[in-house]
Amino acid sequence: MGELLSRFVWPKYSPKSFVALLCKGVEVIGDLLTPLIIARMIDLGIHGANMYDIIRYGILLVVIAIVGFSFTLVCQKIASIVSQRTGTDLRNELFKKIQELSSADISALGTDTLVTRLINDVNQVQVTVALGIRQLVRWPILAAGSIIATLMLDTQLGMVFLLATVLVAAIFFFVARKSTALFTELQKRLDTVSLYMRQMLSGIRVIRAFRHESEEKEQFSEAVLAQTETATDAANYSALLNPATFLVMYLGIAATLWLAAPQITAGTLSQGTVVALVSYMTSALLAIGYVANLVIIITRGTASATRVMEVLNTRPVLSDKGNRQINLTESDFTGTAVAFKDASLVYDGGGEPALSGINLMLQAGQTLGIIGGTGSGKSSFAALIPRLFDTETGSVSVFGNNVKAYTFEQLRALIGFVPQHTSLVSGTIRTNLCWKNPNATDEELWTALEVAQAADFVREKPDQLDSIVERGGKNFSGGQRQRLTIARALVGSPRIVILDDAASALDFATDAHLRAALRKLSATTTSIIISQRVAAVMQADKILVLDHGKQVGLGTHKELLATCPLYKEICLSQLRPEEVE
Amino acid sequence: MADMYSGGSTSAIASSAPERGKGGSADAISISAAEVTRRLAAWISPHRGFLVLASVSSIATVILQLWVPIIVGSAIDQLIRLVQGAEAALLPTLAQLSLVVLLASATQWLASWSTNKLTYLVTRDLRDASHAKVANLPLSYIDTHSQGDLLSRVVNDVDQLGDGLQQGLTQFLTGMVTIIGTLCFMFYMSIPMGLVVALATPLSIIVASAITKYASSSFSKQQGYQGQLGGYAEEMVSNQELITAFAHKDAIIEQFEAINEKLRVVGERAQFASSLSNPSTRLVNNFIYALVAGLGCICVLTGVPSVLTIGQVQSFLSYANQYMKPFNAISAVVTQVQTAYASARRVFDLLDAKEIKPDPVDAEAIQNPQGTIEFDDVAFSYDSKHPLLNHISFRAEPGQKIALVGPTGCGKTTLINLLLRFYSIDSGAIYVDGHNTQKLTRASLREQFGMVLQDTWLFKGTIKENIRYAKPDATDEEIIAAAQKAQAHEFIQQLSQGYDTMVGESGGSLSQGQQQLLCIARVMLANPPILLLDEATSSIDTRTEQLVQKAFDTIMNGRTSLVVAHRLSTIQGADCILVLKDGSILERGTHDELLAKGGFYAKLYESQFEGTNA
Repeated sequence: MGELLSRFVWPKYSPKSFVALLCKGVEVIGDLLTPLIIARMIDLGIHGANMYDIIRYGILLVVIAIVGFSFTLVCQKIASIVSQRTGTDLRNELFKKIQELSSADISALGTDTLVTRLINDVNQVQVTVALGIRQLVRWPILAAGSIIATLMLDTQLGMVFLLATVLVAAIFFFVARKSTALFTELQKRLDTVSLYMRQMLSGIRVIRAFRHESEEKEQFSEAVLAQTETATDAANYSALLNPATFLVMYLGIAATLWLAAPQITAGTLSQGTVVALVSYMTSALLAIGYVANLVIIITRGTASATRVMEVLNTRPVLSDKGNRQINLTESDFTGTAVAFKDASLVYDGGGEPALSGINLMLQAGQTLGIIGGTGSGKSSFAALIPRLFDTETGSVSVFGNNVKAYTFEQLRALIGFVPQHTSLVSGTIRTNLCWKNPNATDEELWTALEVAQAADFVREKPDQLDSIVERGGKNFSGGQRQRLTIARALVGSPRIVILDDAASALDFATDAHLRAALRKLSATTTSIIISQRVAAVMQADKILVLDHGKQVGLGTHKELLATCPLYKEICLSQLRPEEVE
Repeated sequence: MADMYSGGSTSAIASSAPERGKGGSADAISISAAEVTRRLAAWISPHRGFLVLASVSSIATVILQLWVPIIVGSAIDQLIRLVQGAEAALLPTLAQLSLVVLLASATQWLASWSTNKLTYLVTRDLRDASHAKVANLPLSYIDTHSQGDLLSRVVNDVDQLGDGLQQGLTQFLTGMVTIIGTLCFMFYMSIPMGLVVALATPLSIIVASAITKYASSSFSKQQGYQGQLGGYAEEMVSNQELITAFAHKDAIIEQFEAINEKLRVVGERAQFASSLSNPSTRLVNNFIYALVAGLGCICVLTGVPSVLTIGQVQSFLSYANQYMKPFNAISAVVTQVQTAYASARRVFDLLDAKEIKPDPVDAEAIQNPQGTIEFDDVAFSYDSKHPLLNHISFRAEPGQKIALVGPTGCGKTTLINLLLRFYSIDSGAIYVDGHNTQKLTRASLREQFGMVLQDTWLFKGTIKENIRYAKPDATDEEIIAAAQKAQAHEFIQQLSQGYDTMVGESGGSLSQGQQQLLCIARVMLANPPILLLDEATSSIDTRTEQLVQKAFDTIMNGRTSLVVAHRLSTIQGADCILVLKDGSILERGTHDELLAKGGFYAKLYESQFEGTNA
């Protein structure tokens, strides 16, 4: 929480917050004066039998109330501004951060929790900041002020009061410690509950096909029970606060009255003062109730702040800091487009390298085909070019420069990437296509759609390019989604196009047309086609054969048939015999 | 990345179903507040013991706590009258004070304890019931509702409901009792003074309710934008990798910031509005306090309008100080209770959804599985306006391999939905082993099938647990044997923790093909008489696929299989290929027959080699 405040609240909002706290202070002072005024009312008014004094002090009380209210309004206004703006800043920063992280970072944090942190945890922080400004001054100062006032009225009695407060503080500390741990645990257990529920929804067909409904139910019930128990424990600990403080404070009052008795009878303590003392104690008691509530909210807020800061403090594994725009001339675009030098890739957490010993040079305008078995490292290879991951050893260069020397922006602008999984986002066809070039003309979009074999079905839509795309592209078929994803990569005239098994949902005819269209793209466009179908890669200028992360063949179709047994085996399984010979 | 959980795992099958119910809209749910209360009461009823305990101890707490100022007041009065040396006369009063305070603390804790217990038992029941409900819902409901929405009903709404219940019970009950109790104690001490405070009451209520009303309209706007922002973030976070690859983040961030800014504007308003309630009621409270003090002193001084002691003035001041608290608490809790009611509506709406009809009592079970499938003039549509399948008739003899071919969206995968009775057919009949599937128990019907869907489903757990899913009592040896047959053993062994490697949700770094191999291993373990392969091999490379195919050939021996695949190489050995187009069977026959016929299938087959000859 402290770090969050010093980074997000202090620099921008400290003058405002200071004013707010000051305003709140004015109100508190008014509240603290009230018992003293009443003591005067009793001592001067009643004992002096002076009606005028009583009315005068009564009016003073009303004035103090109005002044306090006005100052508080200022404070509340500032609190709402500061808290909401802090929340807004946090959300923006978090979202930016999430978009900067690599997929390895994100899976380490847990994809499922990121949105929760972004929305729910930031909300909790917002509430905490607002209440902090509004109440952190009011109630503790009211409590502290009451103690100081009693100490000034009578030292010995004030000490009793102080003792009681220390005792209450100890209770708070105990409860806060217990409940923080329990709330963290509770959140974890709630996550498990939603995990099971989410799994059940996503796997409903498999669950029913395997007749596992009752096991799922049992597992869910267990998770819910565990969550319920933790929630009950946490709530029960929090519930200790109010009764315990009530008990301590009133026992303190009883002690005060007992100790005050000799002084009253001796005449060293006035009646009004005793009333004021008791008033201070009751108002301190009320204040401490609020402090208790505040402690709970701050506890929750701190847990949330930690979860938020964890994301913000994640140092992205990849960084382009310090890199400057590289001047690329047309001649650069005619040289070597992509070069791998003894490149290897190890995913987070170590283990076997996903890729190792990859060496290849690809001329601009050439087509590279990549083929290999499941887990052979094809997608890892593709991910190295736009620098979604960094190599462990060796290097990857694009147009003569190490990918690590580029800014992300420049490097990725050169590349059109089509992932294995189609992903459209809600919006229109246009907004989905314009990722690379926000100002793409209609003509450019239609050209991309033509090449991607998507123009026909888009043209059939009444709204054409502005047809609505639902979340995840749900209103399109798998094949249509895939073709739109391909079209998206082609907008913005990329120099390198990477298709990562991007035609798996297309039927053979469409796939063949797509490949023919891709071949006709400009002579300087370099294509990298990853596929499991020999037919998709056999025409390529070079074919890379991968097996368990290792390069086992590189060459043309003909060369590989002669030199690479694995390639030949794959061909035999897919092609007509006369084509393999 | 854990794409398999990106929310659309079953979308391939479900995508053809029109999205009817949009997620998150509770507007359409019309359950009256009285109805919600009645139904909540029914959920509380099994735990009413705790409710009674909570009520009794809350009331006791309030009465004891209200008694405290009176004892303190009389102690002060005693103090004033005390003569030097007789201080011990104070002891009984102080002992009484201590006892009452002790009791009040005990009952207060008891009240919280029983309220907590009650609340969490009710939320647990509701969660269990919602889960059980979802387990019994027809797939048409699940496919047409956003999974996020259903999830949020079971998780967030039940939480909100619990919070509302807990706060509502505590604050409402103690608040009401405190108000009534305070008035009684005050009237008991002095009727005119009591009247003054009582007459000021409406003022406080008006102030409190006006502020609540003002705040709640801002709050609902705020919640709207918050939902919008959350939806946007979720979508963009799940596509983060691709957005990175496209260096598209700036545009995304810009849009996020735009929505966020709107949220800020309404958020500030809502926050300010809600923060008015405490100071405003405090203002009213302070007026009352001044009035009580002034009037109280006059009473002590003149005995008019009522005779009071200084101690009693002190008690009145204590009451006046605490008097506004319940109003504050109740008005604060009103919003929470309203939110809880909205959540309750959404939960009850889910619980009210129509379940699948249970198996009739006379439903049969297949005794000696043979593996015959017969479709007899089956017609089906997801919605009546757009018929999807028409006049589907075919028969698979035991051990036969039937392949389904056709363009995307022609209804191939829908057949699987119908066979397993995930959806009900509109007309015609489907027979398995001569039994009309409608007359079989679902369990018995589904036991006949082993299915591998296009989209893999792995749950968070080890690989071993994921395979064992098919047969909970399988030994490790059986699991390894199944994995070996599914060609998954090799890659599993290469993982650092082998069969104990965690997969699913965020722990999964398996490729799609590997995930699919695990799903195949699962079916291998189940060893069912009929296999349903829904493009099962689409994301496994041909080499692996060949091995899998070999294993499938072994397992398919003597078993019926229905294969939906794009890759024609996998189905050339089929006993019968059904070519589906526009919802009906266009051609049927073996691979050679269909090629000889030179129809749609032949064209499709030729097209896969087009690229190689270009």
